[in-house]
Amino acid sequence: MEPQTRKSKIIELLENEQTSVSFDDPLGSQMILNMGPQHPATHGVLRLVLKLDGETVISAVPELGYLHRGIEKLAENMSYHEFIPLTDRLDYLSPLSNNVGYVLAVEKLLGIEAPIRAQYIRTIICELARIFSHLVFLGSIGLDLGAVTVWMYAFREREKLYDIFEKIAGARFTTSYARIGGVAQDVSDNTLDEIKKFADEFPANLKECEKLLNTNKIFLGRVDGIGVISKEEAIDIGLTGPSLRACGVDYDVRKSNPYLIYKELDFDVPVYDGGDSLARYYVRMDEMKESIRILHQLIKKIPKGDVKLDNPKKVLPYKKQVYTTIEGLIHDFMLVNFGIEPPVGEVYHAIEAPKGELGFYIYSNGEGRPWRLKIRAPSFVNLQSLPILVKGAMISDVVAIIASLDPVMGEADK
Amino acid sequence: MGLESWIGQGFIATRLETIINWCRKNSLYPMPMGIACCALEMMHAVAPRFDMARFGSEVMRFTPRQCDLMIVAGTTTYKMAKVVRKIYDQMPDPKWVIAMGACTLSGGIFRTYSVVQGIDQFLPVDVYVAGCPPRPDNLLNALMHVQKKVQRGECKGTAPALVGDFRGQIKVKES
Amino acid sequence: MEELNEKVVRKLKNKFGDIFLNVQEFRGELTITLPKEYIIQVSKFLKEDEELSFNLLSDLCGIDMNTKENRFGVIYNLYSLKNKHRIRLKIFASEGDKVPSVTSVWKTANWHERETYDMFGIIFDGHPDLRRMYMPEEYEYHPLRKDFPLMGISGSLQLPE
Repeated sequence: MEPQTRKSKIIELLENEQTSVSFDDPLGSQMILNMGPQHPATHGVLRLVLKLDGETVISAVPELGYLHRGIEKLAENMSYHEFIPLTDRLDYLSPLSNNVGYVLAVEKLLGIEAPIRAQYIRTIICELARIFSHLVFLGSIGLDLGAVTVWMYAFREREKLYDIFEKIAGARFTTSYARIGGVAQDVSDNTLDEIKKFADEFPANLKECEKLLNTNKIFLGRVDGIGVISKEEAIDIGLTGPSLRACGVDYDVRKSNPYLIYKELDFDVPVYDGGDSLARYYVRMDEMKESIRILHQLIKKIPKGDVKLDNPKKVLPYKKQVYTTIEGLIHDFMLVNFGIEPPVGEVYHAIEAPKGELGFYIYSNGEGRPWRLKIRAPSFVNLQSLPILVKGAMISDVVAIIASLDPVMGEADK
Repeated sequence: MGLESWIGQGFIATRLETIINWCRKNSLYPMPMGIACCALEMMHAVAPRFDMARFGSEVMRFTPRQCDLMIVAGTTTYKMAKVVRKIYDQMPDPKWVIAMGACTLSGGIFRTYSVVQGIDQFLPVDVYVAGCPPRPDNLLNALMHVQKKVQRGECKGTAPALVGDFRGQIKVKES
Repeated sequence: MEELNEKVVRKLKNKFGDIFLNVQEFRGELTITLPKEYIIQVSKFLKEDEELSFNLLSDLCGIDMNTKENRFGVIYNLYSLKNKHRIRLKIFASEGDKVPSVTSVWKTANWHERETYDMFGIIFDGHPDLRRMYMPEEYEYHPLRKDFPLMGISGSLQLPE
């Protein structure tokens, strides 16, 4: 018995080879797809509405606001010191560097400078936070593209960093470690030895992850040439951070407008041409290696001294003084209840956060609470380039592009 | 191993609910509703050090149709609440909810215009985990509490008849 | 830093004359206040001039001064990649006034202006797509104004179920 095939229109057309087969698309050949706020690969609550032609993306519209917590409104009701824990929750992948950025902006407004040992400690934690955040990038780009082992390795390294943060600041993650005029408490020599041990072992572990990805044909096929943006467009759209350095623009706030100890350190800033996802990946991997180099130099050169400035009108005193001397108690009381009273004026200070240029604009009218605090979040501005990057790519490339941009919705939505 | 020595002669008599609840509790599939910072600690609970797979929650399925347990981790705003509720409604019965972190319990440090002050205003919650963010071992403790609840057959969100009580459900076909 | 500030002020005064309302320096940063009609011309000049070349708009924000006249301000933080120099431009507008949009000069202003509209209610003239950024589309209030309470207006946002 011969097999019975269904006599459908397609089979008839295919059998007659001289006809050209044309299909009617009932949707009018364009489809709107919602990559909703709850999605495994959107790095948080980002909603993308895509207009598709088959599998190619014609245009994309990101929608934010699913994590808008009103942080700027809260800042107008809290004193400058009370706001420090809220800065942790902004870019929750590298909370220590947000603390330092905010505190530097307030210190610029007040016109004071932290003692030298505090500045060294702040630089150390900024670089540790950079490695911390780039490890999540490595893990997520592996996880989104199917390489789950890389994610496990990256998170194993992060656990070691969590131990170090616990020794420095007392908390794993939301540390609130920096204070106006210094840092909260001193770093012991044991902790510095642990940091040195981590810095010695990390390059070998990073090489393990690189071996899995750098020459992997599947990975390269999914990121090479995907999501290209040109140099002029990148500057015009406001891109900063590793994504901008992957387009060939040499802009790093640590070198252009140095803050903390960066002027005296010897490090390179990796810049790659190409503007595609692979260049963004290379920039971040090289940045981690440069951070290790910086850490070695810092640990060697760190001096002894105070970690908080001795300025009782502006800086919270040490807890020991608060509990044992009357002046400490009075100053603590005044500063906690009325806040530091900075002069009338406005400042804008930016640091190089792992995601880009994190800036704080503070307008003060002389009271203990800021009149206006604006946070220039790098992920917010970087996400604006997403419609340009995604145009013309396939729908599965959208996942790779978002992973390579590395947005964090906590700071994009404030 | 343990079970064979326990069974003895080769069979064991127990109630149907006990066996089914025992199977259910050891293979709870979590649906991670990772919204903000607590999502990081949830990821670390699955990472090598605090392994969640040894409790049976091996994979985090991101599709609600295949999960039992929803872990809401992160600040829920009014805009996001609709989405969370929609996904909760898509999960098949019986389902349990863990509210992770201070923001889901009562709004946390964000007492503002756009944050829901506690997700139990629109979701039935079984276990609350305090912390900002809670440590991964804290989350694993909550998972064990949920497992105890499953064994007892309690569920806040679903009607109790569907959780292990099969007396009314199994019908014998009259021929 | 001071020579760069002075150079900027000198070039602006040469080109535009006497339109600036206030020029001041605080902690090494230059702030120039100008009337809102000139913002597009001044921005274009600052971006396209060969020596100054302020090609990166770092930040654009709104501010509510809570005065009767000129209640809202819009602040532009500019950065020059070539000279590594920052300045600030400030304009003021009363309630109900329209502010010209600088999206034709820097594309990055698109989302910043949408956020300012969402939070303050300042309408930008010439913006390609002015809609709310963070709050839902149907929301009637503007949260960052000084007369909006921190806990919000009850009943303005609905919960499901």
